[in-house]
Amino acid sequence: MTVPTGTVQNRPAPPPAASRPAAPARRPGAGARFAAVPLVGPGALYITLLVLVPVALITVYSFFERGRFGGVVWTFTLDNFARLFDPLYLSVVGNSLVIAAIVTLLALLIGYPTALMITRLSPKWRTVALIAVLLPFWTNFLIRTYAWILLLNNAGWINQALQALGITDEPISMLYTPQAVVVGLLYMYLPLMILPLYSALAHQDRQLGEAATDLGASPFRVFRTVTVPLSIPGILTGCVFVFVPAMSNFVIPELIGGGKTVLVGNLIRDQFLKARDWPFGAALALVLTVSLLLLLVLQSRLSKRLTEGKRQAEGKKVRRDA
Amino acid sequence: MRESRFIRVPFWLTFAFLYLPIVVVVVISFNDSSNLFVWKGFTLDWYGVLFSDQAILQGLVNTLIVATGSTAIACVLGTLLAVGIQRHTRGGLIRAFALAPALLPDLLLGIGILSVFSLLGFTLGLYSVLLSHAAFSIAFVTAIVLARLSQLDPSLEEASRDLGAGPVRTFTRVTLPQLAPGIVAGALLSFTLSIDEFVIAFFTSAPTTPTLPIVIYSMVRFGVTPEINALATVLLFVSVVAVLGAQRLTRVTEAL
Repeated sequence: MTVPTGTVQNRPAPPPAASRPAAPARRPGAGARFAAVPLVGPGALYITLLVLVPVALITVYSFFERGRFGGVVWTFTLDNFARLFDPLYLSVVGNSLVIAAIVTLLALLIGYPTALMITRLSPKWRTVALIAVLLPFWTNFLIRTYAWILLLNNAGWINQALQALGITDEPISMLYTPQAVVVGLLYMYLPLMILPLYSALAHQDRQLGEAATDLGASPFRVFRTVTVPLSIPGILTGCVFVFVPAMSNFVIPELIGGGKTVLVGNLIRDQFLKARDWPFGAALALVLTVSLLLLLVLQSRLSKRLTEGKRQAEGKKVRRDA
Repeated sequence: MRESRFIRVPFWLTFAFLYLPIVVVVVISFNDSSNLFVWKGFTLDWYGVLFSDQAILQGLVNTLIVATGSTAIACVLGTLLAVGIQRHTRGGLIRAFALAPALLPDLLLGIGILSVFSLLGFTLGLYSVLLSHAAFSIAFVTAIVLARLSQLDPSLEEASRDLGAGPVRTFTRVTLPQLAPGIVAGALLSFTLSIDEFVIAFFTSAPTTPTLPIVIYSMVRFGVTPEINALATVLLFVSVVAVLGAQRLTRVTEAL
């Protein structure tokens, strides 16, 4: 990222913009443009050094060989990416995809009615409910993970309750299972599903639902044909917000899953801190990040198209009414 | 609304799910027994143990140093960056560049920064965590200050210039005071994010200078001691106060 540093006098005059009308001179004087360097420069330099360079280095590492005792040997190779197709690692990727997808689906099933209910509350209670959704999210995430270790323990409250109710005689071992990992991830990221859903549902025009009801639609039909389709951008956002961090989390599989459930995040962490195979770890991290970023781009494109389609339809309606 | 029957039950179940773990931790923190799951009466002993635990106190001090330092860097650089972006760029490229650190997975950022530090031969310590935390905090401050900037009235700055104030004076006397609420909100956010941040600190801290989340991680990993419940309760209390305070200041929920 280069920032122009020359003075205005030294620079050749910009060619006249023939195709587009000249932009009105918003900020008169040459000094205004020159001030860009002290403003943008330090931050841009910082981000370059501590974000751009690190990401570039990971990219570079992924194309080189690992050293015999850790480190990187500067011999170009594509082996790191080829290794991703080793059944051993493919199964880890598959596992992560399945677990993240289940977590996302459960979050949607639980989050949707909750978000809908919040929109039906009075403004005061709505704020209270939203803060109540956010509050667990703002508490330290290791503490939240730890709380589930207590709950799922053989002697924990859930097992105590199940035994007291006579549902089971012996404690059910729930901790250190893939299901426990799902519960932990679900708990961790549920607020990230509820908030965008709430946002989409709160901005929905209530009259559309009322109109459908007046025309004889049952509440369920209104929900299925009006409420849900109009909230699809919110659903997409929520799903991406939950799926993305669930894919790369390595702490919950370790602490609640007892290290038996290995996800992509654990694999990357281990390549860096245990196996000391940085190039392979870098390749894994790179593929993961690129896939997740593509998912984000796809989601924003899709949401944009959906909202634009809605606007066009509304525009047509207005024109027809006029 | 007739449909409310179908959504009221899941609504309450969700809140039960969200708050059950929190209730468990708080209740157990007052349990007068070293067996976590058998209730033997009320005590505040674990809080005494907590406040005399050197590892936890040192972790807390480290965390506060990191959070304060990274917030300071993020506020200065993030504010300048936001003003620069708003004034001098039209395209979205530099904007995307400034906000990207918040979008990248923390795992990638953590291993990336570790790689850079190790390539340059830096010894890891508190400063490496501090610098890394500032890297993502800048993005949050920039985003919030940019949002605030878009609401400002440019004619105030123009008036200041017309009345003879230089660019620096205009910035400190006119622009900055108007941006203050945004900067405070950004500072609060980056401070809380830094206090809670685990993954990046996990990769960039030295074993001798762990931050509080890393102390908690090793406590949870290597066997649970009851004082962790007391610590959890204290942190919960601090978070509640901070969230309610931030809500007062910025009305976060109204932005939704």
